[in-house]
Amino acid sequence: MTTSSIQPASGRAAEDADEVLVLDRVGVEFRVEDDRISAVTDVSLRIVQGEIFGLVGESGCGKSTLALAIMGLLPSTATVTGRIAFQGRDLIGLGEKEFRALRGDRMSMVFQDPLTSLDPTYGIGDQVAETIRAHRDVGRPAARERALELLREVGISAAEQRYDEPPHRFSGGMRQRVVVATALANEPTLLIADEPTTALDVTIQAQIIELIRALRLRHRTTVVLITHDLGVIAQVCDRVGVMYAGQLVEIAPVAQIFAAPRHPYTQALIAALPTSGQARGSLRVIEGQVPELSAPPAGCRFSPRCPVRREECDRVPPLAIAAPGHAIACWNDPATRAMAETTGMASEVTE
Amino acid sequence: MTGPLLEVRGLVKHFPVRGTLVGRSAVVHALDGVDLAVAPGELVAIVGESGSGKTTLARCILGLTAPTGGEILFHGADVTHLRGAARREFRRRVQPIFQDPYASLDPRWPIARTIREPLDAFGIGRPAERDARVAALLDRVGLTGRFADRRPHELSGGQRQRVGIAAALALEPELIVADEPVSALDVSVQAQILNLLAALQRDLGLALVLITHNLAVVEHICDRAAVLYLGRLAEVGPIDELFVDPEHPYTQALMAAIPYPDPERRVTAARIQGEIPSPIHPPAGCRFHPRCPVAIERCRTDVPELTVFGPRHRAACHVARARADSALASAVGAALVSTPTSH
Repeated sequence: MTTSSIQPASGRAAEDADEVLVLDRVGVEFRVEDDRISAVTDVSLRIVQGEIFGLVGESGCGKSTLALAIMGLLPSTATVTGRIAFQGRDLIGLGEKEFRALRGDRMSMVFQDPLTSLDPTYGIGDQVAETIRAHRDVGRPAARERALELLREVGISAAEQRYDEPPHRFSGGMRQRVVVATALANEPTLLIADEPTTALDVTIQAQIIELIRALRLRHRTTVVLITHDLGVIAQVCDRVGVMYAGQLVEIAPVAQIFAAPRHPYTQALIAALPTSGQARGSLRVIEGQVPELSAPPAGCRFSPRCPVRREECDRVPPLAIAAPGHAIACWNDPATRAMAETTGMASEVTE
Repeated sequence: MTGPLLEVRGLVKHFPVRGTLVGRSAVVHALDGVDLAVAPGELVAIVGESGSGKTTLARCILGLTAPTGGEILFHGADVTHLRGAARREFRRRVQPIFQDPYASLDPRWPIARTIREPLDAFGIGRPAERDARVAALLDRVGLTGRFADRRPHELSGGQRQRVGIAAALALEPELIVADEPVSALDVSVQAQILNLLAALQRDLGLALVLITHNLAVVEHICDRAAVLYLGRLAEVGPIDELFVDPEHPYTQALMAAIPYPDPERRVTAARIQGEIPSPIHPPAGCRFHPRCPVAIERCRTDVPELTVFGPRHRAACHVARARADSALASAVGAALVSTPTSH
């Protein structure tokens, strides 16, 4: 991993050819009646070819909204700002027709519940084949062959016999494999998986995790894995972005997120995990509540619950490199303070 | 050592299902002869995947569904088929906590009323004292008095679960049966609820039967765990032995699949392939044998019995038993050979 791939894309740095996805100050706002919900704010990150990037955070942190923004799947009540570039191409403002050409082809998505992605009325094999024919000029027999190949690759046994069976004849784990096969049908550059294993039993979850790892090795697919489960993150990701109430607070290689988290929220989250080593009943708790996103706190949104809150926290902390590959947005961190100074926020900070 | 608080012996629960293609009736073998004992103040987990029967076991213990066979003892007395006042009294001493407290809280009622309801129903304390008792219960679960007048929809998921726990505590039960109490909660909220459950056990001496698929939670909070597979007990034992040195191949596979939040401890390869079969036609012999990596011929035909592997540690596996027997035989042999005559 090069440090350049970590560089928060706040400047106009030259883009690496290896960069598959670049987010630059991305914000998502929903209009709900008279309220404006700020679901995602000021998120910048770069994801390179072949990496598995984890996006983690609790309910309402904006991780799924961000994924839907990338895929162009947000409802019309949402406004997306900033820049989202996929293989150098700007996605914000792209028309539905152009998005449809991209989705299922160069980029695809897997959701938590496979039944939302599968048509209950016809065979699983044809659903995979159809995704191929929607984007490629191939005949039915060739699409069928390729679909069979994909079903075998994701571990559907007796794929030929089961090709025409509808989704309800398969278990949850097998359905999720079919969805993965569909998502991979056209060998996408980018696969976004939103809680792909959350509904599955632990042994089946282990099988799907193994499948995701294998796909990356075989095809160099870039994967953005969205989950609330830090266990899954630890098992499969190379790098991790931690979100809280719509803000990206920390990005680090997976080992650092667990061994040396720097943001107070990440630290609290890791300490809240139940482990065998920790005395029963002594798990770290985070006092207070996640803020209402219709009236979020100014500055760092974690600050009202933060044990090391300081005066500057009323201003948005910039995401800054704190160590190789490790970026953090927290006024307690020297890196964030230094970054603010160099970008001219210093006068505000030190007043 | 007092006797167990709760004892489940040979519990069987079959559900008839109709409407199969050929019109014949079929039977779901949800539980097929499950034994379990819980000591006063003990935290025991029931773990297993979907279809293992863990929720059915919880519902049988709570008296929410009648078992087809076997018995349930509470303080040594048979409570399997209680009726009337005796059933009511038993239900007071064994209380449930559910995954989704939303479903168990009346949406129209302020939460104080929900918590007071069982006190009124069972005539506990004088009416004038009950409000004070409700306030004490809210305080006990970490909700201040200002929550008393709120309705469930005004609360967060964690707060609702606290209300569910306060309602369960109202009747001063000796045993709480909690079915996935933290599964719907975020990590930071989950930590609060786990701390609360641990404090209740410590301060009130409550016993807890925890049904969950989250093995990290089990490892953190429980004393013992029972592993169910397709309606049968695969293994039961102290947490440190089950997690470190499990005997049953299914327990081994389950433990090996835990996604620990530690990148240094990655699951390398899935131990078992395939998925849990239908409980309508469970496999003969050991129910795990079709997926078992070490199954032998015998496993296809003979149901393995629970064998003792240590204090309070038992597993039902032919292979593990043969291994233990041969280890014992060689240990005895070695002892015989090395025992000097001049002892």
